[in-house]
Amino acid sequence: MTRRPVHRMLAITSAALLALSLAACTSDAGDDGTAEATTEPTQEAEATEEAAADFPEGSTMAALADAGSVTVGTKFDQPGFGLLNPATNEPEGFDVEIAKIIADELGIPEDGITWTETVSANREPFIQEGRVDYVVATYTINDKRKEVIDFAGPYYVAGQDIMVAKDNPLGITGPDDLAGTNTCSVEGSTPAENIRTNFPGATLTLFDVYSKCAEALKNGQVESVTTDNVILLGLIAQDPESFELVDNPFTEEPYGIGLAKGDDEFRAFINDVLEEAFEDGRWAQAWESTAGEFAETPEPPSVDRY
Amino acid sequence: MSAVLDNLDLFRSGLLTTLALSVLAALLAFSLGTLLAAFRVSPFPPLAGLGTFYVEIVRNTPLTVLWFFMALGLPLLNLTLPSFFVAGVLALGLYTAAFVCEAVRSGINAVSAGQAEAARAIGLTFGQSLRLVVLPQALRTVVPPLGNLWIALVKNSSVGSAFAITEITAVANRLANTNPADVIAVFIGAAVAYLVITLSSGLALGVLERRVVVLR
Repeated sequence: MTRRPVHRMLAITSAALLALSLAACTSDAGDDGTAEATTEPTQEAEATEEAAADFPEGSTMAALADAGSVTVGTKFDQPGFGLLNPATNEPEGFDVEIAKIIADELGIPEDGITWTETVSANREPFIQEGRVDYVVATYTINDKRKEVIDFAGPYYVAGQDIMVAKDNPLGITGPDDLAGTNTCSVEGSTPAENIRTNFPGATLTLFDVYSKCAEALKNGQVESVTTDNVILLGLIAQDPESFELVDNPFTEEPYGIGLAKGDDEFRAFINDVLEEAFEDGRWAQAWESTAGEFAETPEPPSVDRY
Repeated sequence: MSAVLDNLDLFRSGLLTTLALSVLAALLAFSLGTLLAAFRVSPFPPLAGLGTFYVEIVRNTPLTVLWFFMALGLPLLNLTLPSFFVAGVLALGLYTAAFVCEAVRSGINAVSAGQAEAARAIGLTFGQSLRLVVLPQALRTVVPPLGNLWIALVKNSSVGSAFAITEITAVANRLANTNPADVIAVFIGAAVAYLVITLSSGLALGVLERRVVVLR
């Protein structure tokens, strides 16, 4: 007799707790959902309709502007370019700003952008499968990639460089000096491939992220780290006491915006937007507020309309 | 598809690296794990405590964290291992040892108490009764769970791709990026390479199990 009420009480309390926690979950999801969903206040909806009218019917631009939302692939782990801010759960950086400029020209507000993390290995599949509308992710334009996707841009030209321990104890001045030493990069990256084919004298130590390379360099387990200069500058900015840049870029890495193969209209549109942004200062402003923290503002590159 | 066929050499070297890493780690895991199990059932409290402490700490630490510590954390303590491969063998072996310990201990507990009592009655010490009477029976019963652990270990070795070991997953990452048109094929190739190891292990384990099973 005494047991049953206790059991029932427990059951009721736990059910109530469960309901509460479920409610909490759904309201959380609801918040996120509205941020991503396509339902905008009427004013903005009108604005997007007007914008949509400017685009040729049936074009990607018209479809995106009509929907009022876009899915963008970017990196979440690249300081200065695309780095997830854990406080806001939104990525920040130069790539992110470029993506916002394009979305803005489509008449899509910032909260209409859904950010999807793209890493080096999944950028092409994500574009091909239509899981992202475009990718701005320190994405080097090259011919092999152009076989499966198309690139707008470039919007920035990086160059492969070398980072060494402070005061450069081995006196490394360029890639030829890497022979007989241990240099660190990321498995599958373009800079690693370049060292493997063009400077085979160097021993490659390959991690999955550059932050581990920085750690290994600090520990003395490798003598240098090599990748695009802007990425190295981001690492140096985090620990200027331990690292320095050789500052002798030996390749050109044009960063482009990846989009579905064959969508020439959309590509031309993004190229137009980039040129406009180069002209009116939005591009420079995007740089200064992000990667500009650790690198001088470069000259804008010229767009390659192939 | 061609990205896979053109790079079969690379896949083979990745497979051999995965195999070497796994076998060395497994040797460490199975010997250390059995020793730890003996610790945990020993009547000497400090040893039993040490065994429990090890298992609870290591089993509850993510493998990636342990691997990070071995590869990049130890040098901070002025103890740099000779290579990232050695760091990988240690991380994977020490991690799996905790699970092996628990599997072997369950086998020891499955041996009826009468066996240990009889061993003691004829004058064997704790160590002798464990080594000569209990463990031989216990290890036979734990072939299936140890087989599970071996297969899990092989797959866990893929964490090595993030710590400077060019095993199967690292090879796949490399080829995926240099062959953007063949990404899916490349990862299917990697999956097949793992299956070559795990499926053949599965067959071998089946044979072993039938050979050593204790008929009761």
